[in-house]
Amino acid sequence: MAKVFFDHISTTPLDSRVFEAMKPYLLEWYGNPSSHIHDQGQAALRAVDKARSEVAALIGAKPGEIVFTSGATESNNLAVLGTAEEAGNGKRHAVVSGIEHFSVMNALIPLRNAGYEVTVLPVDRDGLVDPDAVRSALRGDTALLSVMHANSEIGTIEPVAEIGRIAREAGVPFHVDATASAGHIPLDVREVPADLVTLSSHNFYGPKGTGALFVREGTKVAPRVFGGFQEMGYRAGTENVPGIVAMAAAAAIASKEMGHWADHLGRLGKMLWDGLSGIPLLHFTGHPTKRLPGHVSFWVEHAEGESLLLFLNVKGIMAASGSACSSNLRGQDEEDLVASPVLRAIGVPSDICTGSITFSLGKGNTEEEVRLALDALPRIVERLREMSPTYLDYQKRMSQGG
Amino acid sequence: MTAGPYSAKVMEHFMNPRNVGEIDGADGVGEVGNPACGDMMRLYLRIEEGRVKDAKFRTFGCGAAIASSSMLTEMIKGKTVEEARAVTNLQVAEALDGLPAVKIHCSVMAEQAVKSALDDYAKKHPG
Repeated sequence: MAKVFFDHISTTPLDSRVFEAMKPYLLEWYGNPSSHIHDQGQAALRAVDKARSEVAALIGAKPGEIVFTSGATESNNLAVLGTAEEAGNGKRHAVVSGIEHFSVMNALIPLRNAGYEVTVLPVDRDGLVDPDAVRSALRGDTALLSVMHANSEIGTIEPVAEIGRIAREAGVPFHVDATASAGHIPLDVREVPADLVTLSSHNFYGPKGTGALFVREGTKVAPRVFGGFQEMGYRAGTENVPGIVAMAAAAAIASKEMGHWADHLGRLGKMLWDGLSGIPLLHFTGHPTKRLPGHVSFWVEHAEGESLLLFLNVKGIMAASGSACSSNLRGQDEEDLVASPVLRAIGVPSDICTGSITFSLGKGNTEEEVRLALDALPRIVERLREMSPTYLDYQKRMSQGG
Repeated sequence: MTAGPYSAKVMEHFMNPRNVGEIDGADGVGEVGNPACGDMMRLYLRIEEGRVKDAKFRTFGCGAAIASSSMLTEMIKGKTVEEARAVTNLQVAEALDGLPAVKIHCSVMAEQAVKSALDDYAKKHPG
């Protein structure tokens, strides 16, 4: 059966060129960069240095501004908590958008517990943060502003350059979570005045377990992981050398090829969007044009999200949903099922039956796969609606001219 | 099919649900759940001589909700009203070879649907 992976926002497959680049650092060059007097350690140290330059190049940073971490969650935690700690006395206010990832949102919990005030910026129906709202939210005691570059669930790209200029004027450190966007659309820290940028290797065809935080020269961040002197003191622990080498290889490939990928994904995304428009009672989410290439998100009435995903999977099509029912099947009880805060933030009504779907395409997807999805989904929606009491009532209302 | 989060039995009932539909002039109709909470079930019963002669359902919900609805209708068909009322959510979950802990409430919805439909029947057929 066809296996169509349309869930690249959750992770991407490893590029085989990336695997080839990391392989020697798993098998042959296993040295520890901190033990660099001998050849093994030297090889590892040089590899990490080279990797730092390549990852820096992806976003126009200097090599010394890249801190390797275990992934986006750690980078986001470090950005939020590390900046707050360094902000100094009296600065006990943080500003974030309402659609940030859990690793930003939940990093605010210890800050709130410590007495920090948090302003959560609303987004409009398309998921956009209003720069004017940022301007009015920033205060003299604001320690940190965090707004993501692009949202993984609804694909919307935020005006981070404009927001960054506002933060710069106000003298507030600005963190941009670029997990979903880095390697897919350009982000250059020479143009975007961000002080901290989160990068995730496995979101651009690198391996899991490696990420980075860009820390602009002069920005103060207190470490969250304590130990040795690795990563310029920002992050202790022996470097994940094969992961770092691989992330750099993935970054170098993305730097060269992202324009080509974006063209391809833009075409497939349009094809998918146009095809889905024919399904009745389907509503697209996110901004219609300011969005990640190959990212198509929507919700349908009278069909539940998890059921849609299960049927799609049976047809060999793998996608994601923000519906509560599919949120955490390994949880302890139904309290662990939580509908996506992003959908609530953009005003998707929770009082009618909704099934949300995110199709996120990758560079390896084809037109044929898009056709398969377009063939399968309308039938699945129809089948679930025929089973739904709410759809029956809807049809009765319609036939009575309601 | 690869192993998903559910048992093969759940998937089988989800893919091929039994007794989907309505019963015109049903003797008892029960409706439980709330679409805002992610699931909602409507159960129609035909009752003859104190027995569940036929059962049909419509459900909005996840895989577990649809499979629980389907399994429930199979379990209560042919049972006396008293026997049907005694069916528990755990029996439904067991018949499906188990449900994830977070989805036990789906089998509870099925149990409540029968009780709700039988209450409706009792109201319509006093004595």
